[in-house]
Amino acid sequence: MSLLSDLINLNLSDATEKIIAEYIWIGGSGMDLRSKARTLPKLVTDPTKLPKWNYDGSSTDQAPGDDSEVILYPQAVFKDPFRRGNNILVMCDAYTPAGDPIPTNKRFNAAKIFSHPDVVAEEPWYGIEQEYTLLQKDVHWPVGWPIGGFPGPQGPYYCGVGADKSFGRDIVDSHYKACLYAGINISGINGEVMPGQWEFQVGPSVGISAGDQLWVARYILERITEIAGVVLSFDPKPIPGDWNGAGAHTNYSTKSMRNDGGIHVIKKAIEKLGLRHKGHIAAYGEGNERRLTGRHETADINTFSWGVANRGASIRVGRDTEKAGKGYFEDRRPASNMDPYVVTSMIAETTILWKP
Amino acid sequence: MSLLNDLINLNLSETTEKIIAEYIWIGGSGMDLRSKARTLPGPVADPAKLPKWNYDGSSTNQAPGDDSEVILYPQAIFKDPFRRGNNILVMCDAYTPGGDPIPTNKRFKAAKIFSHPEVVPEEPWYGIEQEYTLLQKDVKWPLGWPVGGFPGPQGPYYCGVGADKSFGRDIVDSHYKACVYAGINISGINGEVMPGQWEFQVGPAVGIAAGDQLWVARYILERITEIAGVVLSFDPKPIQGDWNGAGAHTNYSTKSMRNDGGFHVIKKAIEKLGLRHKQHIAAYGEGNERRLTGRHETADINTFCWGVANRGASIRVGRDTEKAGKGYFEDRRPASNMDPYVVTSMIAETTILWKP
Repeated sequence: MSLLSDLINLNLSDATEKIIAEYIWIGGSGMDLRSKARTLPKLVTDPTKLPKWNYDGSSTDQAPGDDSEVILYPQAVFKDPFRRGNNILVMCDAYTPAGDPIPTNKRFNAAKIFSHPDVVAEEPWYGIEQEYTLLQKDVHWPVGWPIGGFPGPQGPYYCGVGADKSFGRDIVDSHYKACLYAGINISGINGEVMPGQWEFQVGPSVGISAGDQLWVARYILERITEIAGVVLSFDPKPIPGDWNGAGAHTNYSTKSMRNDGGIHVIKKAIEKLGLRHKGHIAAYGEGNERRLTGRHETADINTFSWGVANRGASIRVGRDTEKAGKGYFEDRRPASNMDPYVVTSMIAETTILWKP
Repeated sequence: MSLLNDLINLNLSETTEKIIAEYIWIGGSGMDLRSKARTLPGPVADPAKLPKWNYDGSSTNQAPGDDSEVILYPQAIFKDPFRRGNNILVMCDAYTPGGDPIPTNKRFKAAKIFSHPEVVPEEPWYGIEQEYTLLQKDVKWPLGWPVGGFPGPQGPYYCGVGADKSFGRDIVDSHYKACVYAGINISGINGEVMPGQWEFQVGPAVGIAAGDQLWVARYILERITEIAGVVLSFDPKPIQGDWNGAGAHTNYSTKSMRNDGGFHVIKKAIEKLGLRHKQHIAAYGEGNERRLTGRHETADINTFCWGVANRGASIRVGRDTEKAGKGYFEDRRPASNMDPYVVTSMIAETTILWKP
């Protein structure tokens, strides 16, 4: 409806100083994103200057009905690619009225880790490769797959092009531009091995902002799939059988790793991660055991291994890093439904703070 | 139709001083909005300077056929988000040719209450949370629901995002901007607990303006759903069973309540409302007994109770207000189909003027 578009696209900046702020938070399951909007008297870009808000936690499994208020603390501001103008998206985390983080608030603990002086000094960088699957609405079968059947086996689809190899590119491309517009550090996109599966990467981001940016990128993606009438899935193994799962490989480096001699720091860090393999795996996403089988470019969930250029390892070090003697490494274990606050802070905690 | 859009979107300001004024009024059921348009020689910003008009009351159940003229008195002007340019929307109320308000004119009495010398200094503020349901045309089944069936149970939809959780956002978002453009003090929107149900909030608005702004916001919403081909429902319990109803929670404060020590004034006001519970309920919307069951975040219709942060109470006081010792409270009893002129003025009358 073109008239509806005219209204949705109204540029209010001509008529008023007021802006619309969409407050975003994570709901009770730890993966469900929620948002609602409010009018502010004028543009604010500093999250500390935005008003706190509250929502009905009894409707998101985060509070009882007779004491339902959960408080939203604004933490990061991005430009709103849907409303544009001076309108904003605000990533928040959730607290009780008394000021304590509610149990599902994973950002709070992550922020503490990232403020630790030893961690601050190391400037931890993250590049997260978010994979996801697009599903047809109602039937929940991947986009491009015949209903009641399967497409041809994997092979042609990775970075593929063509109506018989690439399904949903308009979603992916609009998401790419929308994220850049919003101010998210989206570094790339590609079609994945399983048809209907895609990946985008966010980074390099420092510390807590990696989690903020990834969550808002996920929100923007779900808003776009909503517009497209397609269902977004972060399930780590959406289709059993000879079909790839979906991960969230997390690339990581510290200042020491990026400087000369960094390769030794990297090796030490990987050793520490190996000693805490079980602890990390437990926090790397629900259902990951269906994905980390040792096949389909994964390492078995019970095994910790690392290697240069090895996509079948838990941790992969790039040939560039090996050659330069410094750089970063890739933790390939996290599932697509991982919480980036948890994963990024845990990697920092284990490699920088933890003593074996 | 691109040519039709070109014509609808013609900017007349370039060719003429004339403007189009859409006169809006409430019809014989008390909930049906009506409107018609007329050309005026030039822009007008003051409703007192707009000409009175008339309409055929026998076609809206408001006058007999042999004496059918009902007179429209302009009361509030807003910018027209559909015609844009210098065109306006005009909220009116209805009178007999003799100058008396017709029986369905609830604004007249509300305006008297709001002009009372004891009410004026208290500067009553209102924030109204208007809930509503979007229905598929022809089948009148909620938007996003499978025809002949039901969606998954409530849980994922409140402030939800995604094609399987949010239905009709383009209507809600275009309504938001259209209202801001029009000059309505719309303070926010959110997706509601039942899928296909939404909420917008208007306020804070002082006295009679609350009713004017809410009625025009409702009008703009119905014009937008008309464009979208979707039916708008203000029924307080559109779907029986384990599905939330739709309300129009009315947030309220007076100057005394907003000042230091206001919490005591609030408690006294709530006590008075408790003593007149039955009368208020009778005026709070038809069919409310289907909604106020004591379940689904409501208090039972026969019970009057209040509590801090308690969404199961008739009146809820926010934690902010409790903590600050002053602020406002929320009357959760009004149904989505309430008349804001009636509800706002009745709350003012009971709490400010009425002596038990």
